[in-house]
Amino acid sequence: MQLTLKERSVLPGFGLTMGFTLLYLSLLVMIPLAGLFLKSATINWSQFWAATTDPRVVASYKLTFGASLIGATINAVFGLIVAWVLVRYSFPGKNLVDAMVDLPFAMPTAVSGIALTAIYAPNGWIGQWFAHDGWIGQWFGPNGIKIAYTPLGIIVALTFIGLPFVVRTLQPAMEDMDSEIEEAAASLGATRRQTFLKVILPTILPALLTGFALAFARALGEYGSVVFIAGNMPMKTEITPLLIVTKLEQYSYAEAAAIAVVTLMASFAVLLFINLLQWWSRRYAS
Amino acid sequence: MAGTVAMRRTAARRQPDTSATTEPTWVRTLLIVVSLIFLAIFLLLPLLAVFSQALAKGWEVYAQSLWDADALAAIRLTLLMALIVVPINTVFGVIAAWAIAKFQFVGKSLLITFIDLPYSVSPVIAGLIFVLLFGRQGWMGPWLESHDIRIIFAIPGIVLATLFVTFPFVARELIPLMQAQGTEEEEAACVLGASGLQTFWRVTLPNIKWGLLYGVILCNARTMGEFGAVSVVSGHIRGETNTMPLQIENLYHEYNITAAFAVASLMALLALVTLVFKSFLQWKTSQQLSAEELGYTGD
Repeated sequence: MQLTLKERSVLPGFGLTMGFTLLYLSLLVMIPLAGLFLKSATINWSQFWAATTDPRVVASYKLTFGASLIGATINAVFGLIVAWVLVRYSFPGKNLVDAMVDLPFAMPTAVSGIALTAIYAPNGWIGQWFAHDGWIGQWFGPNGIKIAYTPLGIIVALTFIGLPFVVRTLQPAMEDMDSEIEEAAASLGATRRQTFLKVILPTILPALLTGFALAFARALGEYGSVVFIAGNMPMKTEITPLLIVTKLEQYSYAEAAAIAVVTLMASFAVLLFINLLQWWSRRYAS
Repeated sequence: MAGTVAMRRTAARRQPDTSATTEPTWVRTLLIVVSLIFLAIFLLLPLLAVFSQALAKGWEVYAQSLWDADALAAIRLTLLMALIVVPINTVFGVIAAWAIAKFQFVGKSLLITFIDLPYSVSPVIAGLIFVLLFGRQGWMGPWLESHDIRIIFAIPGIVLATLFVTFPFVARELIPLMQAQGTEEEEAACVLGASGLQTFWRVTLPNIKWGLLYGVILCNARTMGEFGAVSVVSGHIRGETNTMPLQIENLYHEYNITAAFAVASLMALLALVTLVFKSFLQWKTSQQLSAEELGYTGD
């Protein structure tokens, strides 16, 4: 028996299109990415370790990871509410609101970055509420709360950038849900609260986690919307992608590559987690 | 990014909500109000901020900021990028989607994962990999220098980085759509004697046109708006290698805030136009898919 790598088909063009796809993929994506790993391998292990565990670098990991986690969590909570409202309820202007959810995808990150900075700077529309004489800030000591140029500002930017992921992964999952199971739960005596917690939430949990992970992964690598609002102080408000740029500007290519490899590994781990989630939810569904 | 968010299908019509399957009115109102406040703060406010800052010193200053030679050069370069990058990645997307969606072969899901890779690579790293290849101290740096070819800190570098970042957009929109449509129509065309290209132009393309346009729109928005990857490879040479997002950054760092927001307002308009197109095309594709589903059940 012959081992078949491809099923027979009457349609033409498989060889040509597949060949072109593989060639373009290799030239544009695979070879350049491989170059990154090779570059990081041009320094020996102890140099690699030193480059990726320098206190300034570790501080940037903690900040990037922590702010991304908080941003993704805020999005998971509010994204769940927004998706629920958009799928289940009707109100005037709903289609417009639904379309607006994609704004962070469509808006260039540099534009989001300067806009958010303008809003959350101490004299900005929202920033002034939190300044020392603002109606919220006055309760928090002589300096109030600074948002722009602090880790809080980074969280704001990462929340903005991750917002569509949770909503857009939850919406189809909620639309696909059969109202019969809710009716069954209700007719068996469950309260609405119980139905939500024990029937609805478990059904949409894989989608919620996937959206959370996507928002988190995006936040880990985000650069444009963060650099304006972050203040970029080493050890305090310097995110890892910015540190890579800094190393590059100092012509420390190998160090930049080493930090990039660590970042990429973290992103790939999240990607793997998402794939496992999807495999799990598909198995669960069938 | 957008590709990982699945194409919205028209869901099976829900039964009308009864008191058993919905919440009390006060809960519904509360949730709607919470959502609207959250979205107003996080989406509407930044959009308003861009336009109000851009027009803070009046229309005249606004117009002057845009009629500046460097700003115009940045606009031209951004348009040039869109003209180069979007067609290349559109052609790739269609070809890749044909190979992946219309045939069954071993390793298909692995290939899709590889096509998705640029989504999970930080834009900064997308720029970095091309600096490592073509930069002065990069793998090919000495050879390029001896042949007097500039890639990094020049337009070819910007093209490459943007191609990388927008690589999956069209393919990722088309693959699920073409998979959902199956291969029967194309097989019929081929059996009846149509050539491959004829089949594509007359059978496949009319079926995927809205989805294709959707992918192109998203690819275009990202191409024109890309910042991180481009900023690493461009070198920020005014009037030469500054795209609009980079020009915004330059102006902003020079405390020329109004001019920065003036250029930003053009990009925000682009984002709004993109959203309008996106909603329209989403509606079109869902209509097309549901029409097909009805067609099948009607047989």
